Parts: sequence; C-alpha cells; structure tokens
Amino acid sequence: MGLLSLTVFLPVIGAALLAFLPDSNLKAIRYGALGTAVATFLASLFVYAKFDSNTYHFQMVEHIPWIERLGISYKMGVDGISIWLLVLTTFLTVISLWFSFYVDKRVKPYMIAMLILETAMLGVFTSLDMILFYTFFEASLVPMWLLISIWGGERRTYAGLKFFIYTFAGSIFMLLGMITMAYLNSKATGNWSFDIIEVQANVANGSLWQAGMHLQAWLFWAFSVAFLVKCPAFPFHTWLPDAHVEAPTAGSVILAGVLLKMGTYGFLRFVLPFFPDVLPQMVPYIMGLAVVGILYGAIVAAVQPDVKKLVAYSSVAHMGFVLLGIFSLSYTGLLGGAMQQLNHGISTGALFLLIGLIYERRHTRMFSDYGGIKAQMPIYAAIFLIVMLSSVGLPGTNGFIGEFMALIGAFEASYNGMFGLNVAYAVLAGIGVILAAVYLLWMFQKMFYGPNNNPENQRLKDIKPWEIAMCAPLVVLIFWGGFYPNTFLKPMEKSIAATRMMALNPVGQRPNWKDAQLEIGDNGNLVRNTGDQRGQETVAPANLHFTPAYAAEMATRMKIAPAIALPEETP
Amino acid sequence: MPEFNAAFPLPREIDFAMLMPIIVVLVTGMIALVIEMLRPKQNNNLIVIFSIAGLIGAGILTAIQFGHPEKTTLVDMVLRDQFGLICQLLLVVACALTILFSETYLRARRIAFGEFYPLVLWSTAGAMVMASSRNLLVIFLGLEILSISLYVLAGLARAELRSEESSLKYFLLGAFASGFFLYGIAMFYGATGSLDLGFLANGLTGNPAAKTLLVFGIGLMLVGLGFKAALVPFHQWTPDVYQGAPTNVTAFMAVCSKIGAIAALFRVLVAAAPMKEDWLSAMMAIAMLTMIVGNAVALLQKDVKRILGYSSIGHAGYLLVGLLAYVSAPDKVSIATTGYYLLSYTFMTLGAFAVISVVTKDGRDTTRLEDLNGLWQRDRLAAVLLVVFMVSLIGIPPSAGFFGKFFIFQDAISAGLVPLAIVLAISSAISVAYYLQIARAAFVVETEPRPAMRMSPALRATGLICLLGVVLAGILVTPVQRFLMGTPADEPMEASTTGLVGTR
Repeated sequence: MGLLSLTVFLPVIGAALLAFLPDSNLKAIRYGALGTAVATFLASLFVYAKFDSNTYHFQMVEHIPWIERLGISYKMGVDGISIWLLVLTTFLTVISLWFSFYVDKRVKPYMIAMLILETAMLGVFTSLDMILFYTFFEASLVPMWLLISIWGGERRTYAGLKFFIYTFAGSIFMLLGMITMAYLNSKATGNWSFDIIEVQANVANGSLWQAGMHLQAWLFWAFSVAFLVKCPAFPFHTWLPDAHVEAPTAGSVILAGVLLKMGTYGFLRFVLPFFPDVLPQMVPYIMGLAVVGILYGAIVAAVQPDVKKLVAYSSVAHMGFVLLGIFSLSYTGLLGGAMQQLNHGISTGALFLLIGLIYERRHTRMFSDYGGIKAQMPIYAAIFLIVMLSSVGLPGTNGFIGEFMALIGAFEASYNGMFGLNVAYAVLAGIGVILAAVYLLWMFQKMFYGPNNNPENQRLKDIKPWEIAMCAPLVVLIFWGGFYPNTFLKPMEKSIAATRMMALNPVGQRPNWKDAQLEIGDNGNLVRNTGDQRGQETVAPANLHFTPAYAAEMATRMKIAPAIALPEETP
Repeated sequence: MPEFNAAFPLPREIDFAMLMPIIVVLVTGMIALVIEMLRPKQNNNLIVIFSIAGLIGAGILTAIQFGHPEKTTLVDMVLRDQFGLICQLLLVVACALTILFSETYLRARRIAFGEFYPLVLWSTAGAMVMASSRNLLVIFLGLEILSISLYVLAGLARAELRSEESSLKYFLLGAFASGFFLYGIAMFYGATGSLDLGFLANGLTGNPAAKTLLVFGIGLMLVGLGFKAALVPFHQWTPDVYQGAPTNVTAFMAVCSKIGAIAALFRVLVAAAPMKEDWLSAMMAIAMLTMIVGNAVALLQKDVKRILGYSSIGHAGYLLVGLLAYVSAPDKVSIATTGYYLLSYTFMTLGAFAVISVVTKDGRDTTRLEDLNGLWQRDRLAAVLLVVFMVSLIGIPPSAGFFGKFFIFQDAISAGLVPLAIVLAISSAISVAYYLQIARAAFVVETEPRPAMRMSPALRATGLICLLGVVLAGILVTPVQRFLMGTPADEPMEASTTGLVGTR
C-alpha cells in the first residue's frame, strides 16, 4: 500500500477502530476522531513533500487491476491540480472535526460518518480510473446525507433527500457517459478501458473520437451536467441553500469547502481533456451559466434574512468565478479558477465555521436577532472581518488573487473574441465582485454594528482560546494566499498548462499523461525528450496567448464563426 | 403407438448428477413434512436445521457442476447450462436464508406452522425446475409447483384478512397467467410439432401460417411469464400480494419467484431470438414501462412492503434490459451480467425484507414507514443493515447493486440499446427518493420506541450474511463473476452460453 492509498484510507481505518469504543466514552471518541484526522493531514503533507512540481504527469501512481475484462482498475495518483485539493480536504476535516466537539448527540456515528466522508473525498481527488472516481464520488453522498438528515436542522429530511437526489440524478448520466467513453475506447483500440490516462491518450491522438465523433457533444453534457450540479451552477443550484442551512456546521464546512470542489475538479480532470473537439462550441454556454450564477447568487444572497443562507448563496456566486476562470480556457484564467477553488474552500469554510460558533451560543441565525455584538466579542468580530473581506476579494487576501486572475482570463478570452465570447461576459462578472462587497459588508454591519438591544446578546462572551486556535490557521492561510500566492500557484502551473493544451491543441499536438517523455518546458512549450544529443524537441509551442488572429484560426478549425472579424488585408 | 413413442421417446440413460440438486430439495421438503407430523406439538427448530442442511447439500451439488459442459438428459427434458446452474444455486441460497430468519418471525406473528418449511422447499424446487429445462411442459410443471406452494404460503396468516386477500388474489391472477402460458405452449406445439423450445426453427421454415401461430404462442408465453416476473402491465397483483403476505413469504416471493420467472423468460427469449424483429420492440417497451412505472408508483407508497414490492417491479425491468441486451448481441454480451444481477438482487432484497421483519408487533405486521421509527435506538445493527441494503438497491458503489446496474448499462450500450440505458438511468434516479425514505425512517427519534424491535440471533445471521454478500460481491467483482461463469482464474471468461445445446 503506497503513501497515497494510506492517506486516502487512513480515515476509514480510524472510523473502524472508533466503532469499537463504547458510546459513552465521548472524550475518547472525539479525540480518536480528531487524532485520525490529524494523522491523515500529516500523511497528506508527506504526499505534498514528495510531490514534484516540475512535471505535469501523475505522481505516486498506484495500480491494482480490479475488473480486468473491462479495464477497470484501482489506480491512484496526484498531479498539480489534485495535490492542493488533497491537502485542503485533510486540513478542513481537521478543523471541522475539532469544531465537532460541540456535537453532543449520537457522537460516535457522527464521527464515523465524518471520517468515511473524508476517505470518499480524498478518493475523488486521487482516482485515476473513471469507475473508481465514480465510486468515491457516489460514496461521498451517503455519509453527507446521513450528516444532514440526522444531525441537521428542522427541515433536514427534505434537504438531505434533495441533496442526494440532485447529485445522484446528475451523476447517473455521467456513469452512462463513462461507459460510452470506455466503449468508444474499445472500438478504437479493441480494449475496454476506464483508465483516465489511457482514455485521454486516445483522445489526444484522435483515435477515440474517430470511433464516434457525433457522440462527443452528448457526452460533454453527460459529464458537465453532473459537475454543474455538484458545483453548483445556476440553474442546478437549488439543492445547495437547503443543504447548507440544514446541515450541521461541520457538514456545511465540508460541503462548501470540499464537496463543491468535486464539481470544478471534474471539469478540470475530465471535461477539458476529454472533449477538445466540442469544447470551444460549448464555452459560451458554460460561461453564460457561470455569469448568471455569479449575478444571481449575489442578488439572492443580498436579500436573505438568514446568515447561513446568505453564505450559501454567496457560494453559488463564488463557484461561478471558478467556472468563469476555467472556461475562459486562458492560462491565467485556468490558474485563477484553480486557485479560487482553494480560496473558496478556506474562506467560505471559515465563514461557516464562524457562523457555527455564534450559533452554538445563540441558537439562531437570523440577522434580526443580532446587532452590535462587536463590543461583546471583539476577537470574534476581528476574525469574522478578515474572513469576510477575503470572501469579498480584498487585495491582500487570498480571495483577491483567485477572482482577479479568473476575471483577467475571462477578459483575455472575450476581448479577443475567442469561442464567440464577447466582453459582456467579463464585465458582468466584474459587477459580481461589487455585489459581493455589498451583501457581505451588509451582513457584517447587521451583525456587529448598531445598537445591541437584545439582552441575550448583551450576555455574550468572546470566543474561547481553543476556538481562536481553531480559526487561526485559516486566517494565516488567508493572508498567505494573499501576499504570497506562488506557494499555491507554483505546483499547479505545469498541470494547468498541460490541461489547457489538452483542451485547445489540435490532434498530434495534445499532451497526454501516458508518454513519460512529453513534458511542459519552462518556457511553456510542450516538449518531448528525444533521448539523443538533441535533448528536446518542441511538440507544440506555448503561443496560445489569445489574440484575434488565434481566435480566427481556432474558429476555422472548429468551424464556428469568430465573434470579431479580422480586418481583411488589402493587397 | 409408434407415433407417440417417436414424439415422446423413453429415456435411455439418466445423468443423475444433473437432477440431484432438485431431488435433494424435494426430498428434504418431504422429510421435513414427516418430521412435522411426528412432532406436532414441538417447536420447529429440528425442521429448520434439517432443511438448511439439505439446502446446503443441494447447493454443493449444484456448485460442483459449475463449469461443466452444457448437456441435456431425460430425453432433453432437463438441461444443464451455466445460467441454469447460477439460478439454481441462487434459489437454494435464497431459500436457506429465508428459512434461517423465518422461525422467529413466524413465532412473533404466532403462525409458527411447521408446514411452512416443506412448502418453501417445494416451491424452491419448482423454481429450480423452471431454471433447468428447455421443454415447455417441464417449465410449466415447475411454474405450477412454485406457484401453488406460494398461494398457500401467502395465506399463511390465516386470521388476517389481508393475508387471505393476498392469497386469493395471487391465486386468481396466477391461474389466469398459467392459462395464458399454457395456451401459448399449445400454439407453440401447433406451430412446431414439439414442446422443446429448441425446435422453434421448425415453425419458421415451413408453412407461413405456422409463423403466425408461433408469434401468438411466444406472445402468450411472455404474458404468462411477465405476470410471474411482475413486468408492467402484468404487475397489478404485486403490491397487494407483497403487502398482505407474511414478510418472510414476501421476501421469498420477491427473490425465488423472480429468479424462476426470469430464468424461464431467458429460455423463451433466447429460443425466440431468430424471430426477434417480431417481439424485440414490444419487449423494449415493456422493459421501459416496467422501470418507469415500478419506480414512479413506489414514490407514492407509504408502506415499506408495498414500496419494496414496486421496487422489485423496477428491478424486474432492469433484469429484462440485461436479457434483451444478451438476446440482441449474444456475441458481445455475457450472461454473467444477469447472473451477477440476480446474485446482488438476492442478497439485497432478502436482506431488506429480513430487516423489515423486526417491526412485527403483537403478532401483526405493521410496516408503514413510520413504524420503522426508532429502529436505530433499539437495534443499531438493524439500522446499519437497512442503510446498506437501501444503498445497494439504489446502486451506490462499491456495493453489489452498483456493479449489477453497471454491467447492465455496459451491456445495453454494447448491444446498441441506448434508449433502455437512458430510461434505466432515469428510473434509478427516481428510485433514490423512496429508498432513502426507508433508510431515513430508521433514524427518526421516537420517544417511546417499540419494545419488539430487536433482531433475533437468526435474523442477525441472515442480515450479516446478506451484508457480506452485498459488500464482498461488490469488491470482488471479478472473482465472483468468474465463479458464476464457472471459469478458472487463468482462463479468459467465455463470452456467452447459448442454452441451446443439441438443437436441431
């Protein structure tokens, strides 16, 4: 068992051991669960330490055949896109299990469910086999459903059911899509394969889609709808506010921090590399959904009377930025989108945590019950302010970097008329940033300023030292990401560049994960190590900076009309 | 009467190894009845132990034949092929599991009649006969042995009106279905001059009128079997009968009756493959209707047994998709799919019904959704088992239920039956809602939990065996499929078995 498998399955092993503890020994159960989560976090740091950011290939790959007849295997590995999500997951699980010391009913099953959920999430980010991915993707539903519908709020049954059905309905068609991909692979090569590396290699050399080009658009949507539901993007977002409001705090933190990332991760891992031929035609639709999501999420968030619901809708808006960055298909935008995933995990996770802290004291989340509590809880208010500003995207916090880069990407693509986009997409998304400031500042004002008339609020005390310690790492990460984002961007760069080339380059110039000689050079070119004295030969240049000329070339290749016509050359 | 002897020759040699499993189950049933008569006032533990021992013997006798070549005996009356063997083994396992948890349940319901065991055993033998013949008359014989025992079993709780209604309804509609099946056989005989499905080609080559007769014959047979397998629109009896019958009988019906019917359906469809253009579109429509109606109507139900009844209709639809994929493209699709699905179906359905049986109170079945409330407080294991079985029924990986569905999807796509795959996907999504309702109900806190809700050791054992089946069959897919197909580990799995050995 390799390090990666150990990291992924450590929580389940911990959960199995917890099951033998007596129900009444709350202390042992709580510390046992937290200890398991910390151990997993440390293991993921080991993975990070072993990670080499100079290659876009998968690392630490483990491979055990599972169903050989169909080319299904237990295959795991990490690359630049998944490495941070792995660490984010283990980190947020530690925080949320720490917070879960507040849980006092049915503690043991709660902790077991959380730990099983962690394994499922880690598995999603490390699977290199479509069926294995699907297994973890679906397996994450059950513990989350239990968390919502047993430890949730008043409408927990409804919310849990809705969460489950939406995700399941989306992903069952993804399963059909996966089987069809494997089937096309069998038509192209004679062998069924669900191996992501194998399938992508056949997409890259064009043989897979030759077997069924007419299916590509269908399969694009089969995968995309599953991930759009998970993200969630407008109009598939309606499960999210319900799930968030009813979920227990730790569940909300995990839901916002990690589960939503499965959607955007899916786009990066599957949709971009697998569907290069139809992708340019689909970009405007997904970008449209992203922009609508940004604006809609912001506007609806602004009128919520419930803090948690407000943050839930703000998630819709923020995840819109992730999609916007990814589907701009520009290098900056993709990197920004990937960065924004992490930022959203940290800042929205932190917001839910903070809301949980006050909820444990006052048992209400309505704005009308709060006001002027800054005087009673200065430290809490300060932390809240920092986290809130990071969510707004203030320069100096991590939120700024991601949103800014995603917007630049969207602007770069749309200004040059790529994929039939126009500047309105970027401009409208920019308005979303302003709206975010409006509702988040309003939220802060309502809660912390103004007269403190409610006698219950006057009795509030500031948060305890252990709670401050719990929030501290989040605050540190917020500033770290804001002032030195390179820590986070550097490991992602090669993989993002390769993923982008997989999506944009024509057949023959696409990178693949199979050929170990292929590499992204330091200048951004796709190069092949030849093994002789020439050293390297360039397979594809990095000149993918979006320009009107490139847009026109792309449009002819894709047989779509360019949004901006080039001036005709005069003879 | 030389002509009679030509049509019905006497058997020259009999391969008893092939008949032994059925004989053992039948004889076990007879001896169980004798034990019951000898000890009328005693408890039934001896019968239970004896029956299970007999079933284990029958199971071993079936399993040792796995991988043996296809063969017929008793003048082509009995057929051994891999699919038949899989069905026989599953039937034996399902029967043993049913018997294992029945005794405590029957006592709680105060209907602990010793006659229950011989009836269940004979019923199983009937289903085994259905699974191991290509001769229509023998299939019919099996069908009747299966059904008549079930009519009695459904009315076992004789003091209860619902059980009586269940029994009578099942009997009346079942008799109708048998009539259809028998009429279909008559037409088949008229068209081909034989009762052997392998002689179907006779009806296609000669007189064109024979073809018409054959189409009607096959159609009527499918109606009859569709009733037994609970395909829409022949499913109307299912929810009422499932709800009214004692829970252990319902479990047995949902599994054994379904396996027997699917096995016979398989034989008829495979034999009728040469004329599939005549019926394939109709069967596809039936499969779609079955999946959609079964799952959609289940949403409206409030009674757990009714929900599971409709769910079993939905699963019959999934199974039919697998069969149709096999019949459409036997070169690409393996019968291992249906075999594996039946295996997963057996464990998860039996397990679910076994857990449901704990809610019996005051000798009566109270199986509304809210009657499950408080299960978690009373018996943790029961609640966990219930969740696992529901998760598997939904088809969440890595449970056996997922891989069952996965293989059906894969076969449907390989065989070009994409619409069926899409409808299957839609109906699985619908099914989430009601399965989760059942699982959720177990976790609703009840201030005064019912006293009776604890699992007996036998019930625990049944639940755990089913749990192991669901989980292990999911993780060890390849070995399980290899075992089902009877192929050793180092050989590639055979693409298909035809079940048409020795066809003229």
